[in-house]
Amino acid sequence: MAKEKKGVRLDHISKIYQDPKTHKDFYAVHDTSLEIEPGSFVTLLGPSGCGKTTTLRMIAGFESPDEGEIYLGGEPINALTPNKRDTAMVFQSYALLPHYNIFDNVAYGLKLRKLDKDTIHTKVLDILKLVGLEGMEARMTNQLSGGQQQRVALARALVLEPGVLLFDEPLSNLDAKLRVSMRTEIRRIQQEAGITAVYVTHDQSEAMALSDKIIIMEKGVVSQMGTPQEIYYHPKNEFVADFIGDANFLKGKMLRHEGSDGIVSLGGTEVRVAAAENVTDGAETTVVLRPESTVLGDTGYFPVKVVVSSFMGAYQLYHVMLGDVKLIIHEYNPKGKKIYAMGETAYIHFEPGNAHCI
Amino acid sequence: MATTQGAALDRKKLMADPIMVTTIVVLITFLTLFILYPLAILLIDSLYGANGLSLDTFRRVLAMPTFTRAISNTLKVGFVVGILSTLIGLLFAYVEVYVKLHAVAGGLFKVVSMLPVVSPPFVLSLSMIMLFGKAGLITRFVLGIYDNNVYGYWGIVIVQTLTFFPVCYMMLKGLLKNIDPSLEEAARDMGASRWKVFTDVTFPLMLPGLGNAFLVTFIESIADFANPMIIGGSYDTLATSIYLQITGAFDKEGAAAMAVVLLCITLAMFAVQKYYLESKTAATLTGKASRARMLIEDKSVSIPLTVLCSISALFVIMMYICVPIGAMFPTWGYKFTPLTFKWFGQVFSKYKGLKAFRDSFMLSLIASPITALLSMIISYLVVKRKFKAKGFIEAVSMLAMAVPGTVLGVGYIRGFSGGLFHTGFLGGIYGTGLILIIVFVVRSLPTGTRSGISALRQIDKSIEESAYDMGADSLKVFMTVTLPLIKDSFLSGLVTAFVRSITAISAIILLVTPSYLLITVQINEFAEKGAFSIACAFATILILITYGSVLLMNVLMKYFGTSRKIKEE
Ligand SMILES: Nc1ncnc2c1ncn2[C@@H]1O[C@H](COP(=O)(O)OP(=O)(O)OP(=O)(O)O)[C@@H](O)[C@H]1O
Ligand SMILES: [Mg+2]
Repeated sequence: MAKEKKGVRLDHISKIYQDPKTHKDFYAVHDTSLEIEPGSFVTLLGPSGCGKTTTLRMIAGFESPDEGEIYLGGEPINALTPNKRDTAMVFQSYALLPHYNIFDNVAYGLKLRKLDKDTIHTKVLDILKLVGLEGMEARMTNQLSGGQQQRVALARALVLEPGVLLFDEPLSNLDAKLRVSMRTEIRRIQQEAGITAVYVTHDQSEAMALSDKIIIMEKGVVSQMGTPQEIYYHPKNEFVADFIGDANFLKGKMLRHEGSDGIVSLGGTEVRVAAAENVTDGAETTVVLRPESTVLGDTGYFPVKVVVSSFMGAYQLYHVMLGDVKLIIHEYNPKGKKIYAMGETAYIHFEPGNAHCI
Repeated sequence: MATTQGAALDRKKLMADPIMVTTIVVLITFLTLFILYPLAILLIDSLYGANGLSLDTFRRVLAMPTFTRAISNTLKVGFVVGILSTLIGLLFAYVEVYVKLHAVAGGLFKVVSMLPVVSPPFVLSLSMIMLFGKAGLITRFVLGIYDNNVYGYWGIVIVQTLTFFPVCYMMLKGLLKNIDPSLEEAARDMGASRWKVFTDVTFPLMLPGLGNAFLVTFIESIADFANPMIIGGSYDTLATSIYLQITGAFDKEGAAAMAVVLLCITLAMFAVQKYYLESKTAATLTGKASRARMLIEDKSVSIPLTVLCSISALFVIMMYICVPIGAMFPTWGYKFTPLTFKWFGQVFSKYKGLKAFRDSFMLSLIASPITALLSMIISYLVVKRKFKAKGFIEAVSMLAMAVPGTVLGVGYIRGFSGGLFHTGFLGGIYGTGLILIIVFVVRSLPTGTRSGISALRQIDKSIEESAYDMGADSLKVFMTVTLPLIKDSFLSGLVTAFVRSITAISAIILLVTPSYLLITVQINEFAEKGAFSIACAFATILILITYGSVLLMNVLMKYFGTSRKIKEE
């Protein structure tokens, strides 16, 4: 449907704000470079205040970057006002025009583009069908549920066939169930429309479920960009590992490499970690272990003391102490496996391929 | 280096929007020319006389005993009126918020809060004279007191207090409602009495708010021209002295210097109120009342308080009603029956009433849409846009709030009678209807802007951003989104501007020429001459016009206002 998918490129973008209290300048976004492929769904993920909204609003044109240039479909767009940019934004608060009905809300941008009446009519009805709001054209916005309003906001942006669609936490006002079904819906519509999408959220499961690529931001800079799998299994640093899912961190030293595997000394015990070319021999390193890839048994690398053991249904949750480091372990499918009780001693183990050095 | 790119881009984006740029330039020109320049010229004129830069003019006026007396008179009145209005306002507010009110009493309260807003400024002075003056209905005919003198200090104090306390009442009501009831309930729980709760909890929380109300009234009192003019007698205040200096002594330089003095006093008060008290008020009352308050049901408290307030309210209402009734007495002070409409007839047959109403009506009718639109545009720019000159626009439109009408009037005389900077340029507008319209606009702009700003703050910024994002330019956003969403505020701004204009007097009386007859000026003239029946007849028709427009506004809002529908959401 989109007339042309456009990519977005951020070239060393910075945004400086003044702290309203101290009047000191600070970087809300600092020297960020990104390449977003045409037609892909990219999520900006990060904790509150890390600069996601600021980045998105710079792409939309509401904020002007203090350094760097933004390209849309290869064209520099820094000097363009939001109404001249080929972007369309879906706001967190939906921002529907409350004095218009649904039809007029969706038709607003088309009318500004001076399309003829019949074309507008067909386009609006088509798009309302796509988002599942057939027959609701005449309703006022306050006669819709939150999820329906969200669909109108989406339809209103989609109908303009923008080069890139921007979302700022569009689902955060919905309840948990609806959030899950709407995100599937958004993904479906984006793929049907084949449109480039940049999506801001601080909900990691939303990011995982939706994205072709995730960009993790921390304090105004990009920590890591990659597919959900890359981010999850090969986090570049502790921040990313900790932000996406739970993670255990074991500090050690890289002894040597055997092929692409690394042999790491963790307090004297040698453990094997696959694909560890990123750390040189003799360097300090941290081994990252996901809770579900850590195994508790009667034998293994280290003895640990169980401090929490609770049955969660799908898995048995353990908190164990290795010295004074707390580790979290999820033992999936616990039925028929040995369950360790609080206070017992057990050993932890992991497969080389399930660990990762940073 | 870094921030310059962002700023440059913002500027570039702004420049890409010619309508916006034009609007901003026009606004800045307007504000500079009609608010800043007249004030500046006052200062320049009083400092820079025939023999260069000197303080001679100030020295001269400060050497006049009449003027120094006027200063102390003004401050004395302002202080007392400020205190009294705040206290009475507090009583009313407390009773309304804390006592379970009977519907009738509630209605009375509402009427009292509305009356001063929609009434011409000197109605209370007129009725004060008619009820309590030499030939006063109450003094002479009920109490049998002859030659009671209402003119002077107490006259002004009483009339101003009755005029301004409803403003305090409304301000303090808002404040009390925002106090979290649980704070007080906690104190009650620990065994404190009602009175103790009030003195230990409620009162300290309200202190900045009370200071705020006091200063607002103080400023209003100092700036008031109409009441001291009519009921002041020989007790001159700054506003009347300045007026007399121009119309009586023909000393424009002296009046300019006096106006500077008055302006400095109000600006200082305004600065304290705006930057110190307003922020403090907001700081102490951050918590919105979370639950409904336990109202005082104890009859030994609630009944006396309600009765006291209701009687005061009735008294105030009676004062207002006295004017239309007074206009129907055959001969004021001698013959009260049968009621007659002859004075109304005379207004039109003998005293060019029709022309006065037409002139006042037309000028106000032209001024009010300009004011309403201008204040909405200013509010939009201030709340929703960011650009360099925004601070200037906001500051100057708020500054106008602190400028007494008399000062503005003198500023216009000095600033435009000889053209800009006495060069003759633009001198043509002096003495025309245009300058009267401009004065109306400037005088109502701050109120309109303030209400526009608070209406716009309620609207989610992203609604306008979404329209902008979908391709609308600034004009389109303003016309299709902003304005429809604040239609109610726009309508009420329209009517408020109209009412304020048609009842205005302080600045206009200095600028009006014989080619325009204005109702308020007529009322003032007849009251001065002692022709109270005619003054009352004029005032009654004026009251009918203003009440009528407010009623019309309510009807319009009911049928055309969209905001309510939207707010229900
Ligand atoms: N207009 C502004 N003026 C000053 N500082 C601002 C402004 N807008 C944002 N900031 C600051 O910039 C930083 C980044 O803000 P941003 O809104 O981009 O965060 P975010 O990642 O979207 O957070 P959230 O998840 O809470 O929405 C924050 O520290 C914020 O306080
Ligand atoms: Mg955000």
